[in-house]
Amino acid sequence: MSDLRELYQEVILDHAKHPRNFHTMPDSVRAADGHNPLCGDRLKVFVQVEDGVIRDISFTGSGCAISTASASMMTESLKGRSLVEAQAIFESFHDLLTTGDHADRDEELLGKLAVFGGVREFPVRVKCATLAWHTLQAALKGSAEPVKTE
Amino acid sequence: MAVKSMKSARGRGEAVVPLTVFSPDDIRGDFPILQTTVHGKRLAYLDNAATSQKPQAVIAAMTRFYYSQNANIHRGVYELSMEATAAYEAARECVRQFINAADFREVVFVRGATEAINLVATSWGQANVRAGDEIILSTLEHHSNIVPWQILADRVGARLRVIPINEAGELCMEEYEKLLSPRTRLVAITHVSNALGTITPVQRMVRMAHTAGALALVDGAQSVPHLPIDVRDIDCDFFVFSGHKICGPTGIGVLYCRQAILQAMPPYQGGGDMIETVTFAKTTYAPAPQKFEAGTPNISGALGLAAALDYVSGIGMDRIAGYEHQLLLYAQEKLSQVKGLKIVGTAAEKAAVISFVLSYAHPHDVGTILDGQGVAIRTGHHCCQPVMDRYGIPATARVSLAFYNTRADVDQLVQGLQTVKEVLG
Ligand SMILES: Cc1ncc(COP(=O)(O)O)c(C=O)c1O
Repeated sequence: MSDLRELYQEVILDHAKHPRNFHTMPDSVRAADGHNPLCGDRLKVFVQVEDGVIRDISFTGSGCAISTASASMMTESLKGRSLVEAQAIFESFHDLLTTGDHADRDEELLGKLAVFGGVREFPVRVKCATLAWHTLQAALKGSAEPVKTE
Repeated sequence: MAVKSMKSARGRGEAVVPLTVFSPDDIRGDFPILQTTVHGKRLAYLDNAATSQKPQAVIAAMTRFYYSQNANIHRGVYELSMEATAAYEAARECVRQFINAADFREVVFVRGATEAINLVATSWGQANVRAGDEIILSTLEHHSNIVPWQILADRVGARLRVIPINEAGELCMEEYEKLLSPRTRLVAITHVSNALGTITPVQRMVRMAHTAGALALVDGAQSVPHLPIDVRDIDCDFFVFSGHKICGPTGIGVLYCRQAILQAMPPYQGGGDMIETVTFAKTTYAPAPQKFEAGTPNISGALGLAAALDYVSGIGMDRIAGYEHQLLLYAQEKLSQVKGLKIVGTAAEKAAVISFVLSYAHPHDVGTILDGQGVAIRTGHHCCQPVMDRYGIPATARVSLAFYNTRADVDQLVQGLQTVKEVLG
């Protein structure tokens, strides 16, 4: 039960139930589809970049609490960030979920995203937490292929 | 080769003691894994449609083989090899009896249901299905009874037709009737849906296929573990199942195929054991079933499967089916009292599978939280994406029962759902 409370923290549940930036954007912005075939999670990430800065970012789709909350909190933490910062945040987030090694992690950049630390105890759920992030990377790269995590 | 008394050929040790009284609590003692704990909790294993647990008798049969019987089959002139051959062939006879095939030569050992279907699609399919021909499947099919046919259809230019299901998860028989035509070469249908539990009317469907001039394949992966099976009664041309879903080991399964059809089929894989003579100019093949068992087979797996079939026969498939049905009714009753829970798949004829969704939680989260309570269930699309699409949902949580499950397991599940509610509700 304590591990479960670690995983399903209040902040995560709040974002899962009330996702932020949960809407589509016009066709003109970059977007990519993400799919986790293992659990059926599907989402689409929209991102608008100007002068190397993420001006706006949003998502749509359906998924488990972890993937929805992760997508929602990703949009909040990346809006207004430079692409370089976004990449650093993604790397720190990835470390948080997989290695538990604090060395390369930038706690300041991570901010609220640190609540996802509990996912580390549930290795099969790591893919849920990273789906939105991988999808964002595909959108930034302009990849037409849907992203799959499995 | 002559098949000796089955048990003495395979056994060389204690025979399986038939159970005369079916008490799930006694039976649970036969399964070492059911005595273990998960996250400090009693294990409630409710993912039997994915794979079943193994009784001591199966583990012992396989251990015994490697301890005292191991040798390759069909080649040695020495005692151990002859014994291993006899044991392997006795296992084939055991399967024949279990599904009531007419002849042991109709039983081909394969890796599992998936390989059996691929064998039929590759060997029979490429020899018999032509451009413009049709193969009828259903929405209920497991991906393993879809993809091999798609590959075949792409290769030869044939077409797949799909029998839809109604809201309860039952096949629409009128639609099936309409799909049958002189173009139909094969009807390949699951006997029990792994995603919803629906039992399909295979006997009637096979009869209809035959009337239309088509052959019929029945995917018994989910029926063999839960219902008495008589392939002659079903009258299908092909019947497939996996050992691991009926208390046997992984990596062994069965293709049953009517003798006349099997003998006429071209080989599936080439290699040792499946030949009569080999020269670089020409090879002649051994008769079936050897023709379809190229290479050293899974000998210990076949012995483990036979031990598993002996074990469940000792309890009695009729009684297993009866007991599981009672437990299904109990579980459905309990689950229907859980607020916000909707059962997906409510066929009148159902095996002990319950797929459900919760209004306030994604199946994946349900599975993780239940795991913390020692309850093992499956979440996802269950290799049945067309079923999920039919209901417009990405996934379900699925409970699948076996004869060693008890009301205590169901109660633990319902208790676990209470925790799901506390965490996510
Ligand atoms: C209905 C059905 N068919 C086929 C299969 C494939 O079985 P295997 O993976 O053992 O080959 C399964 C397994 O889940 C199944 O449920």
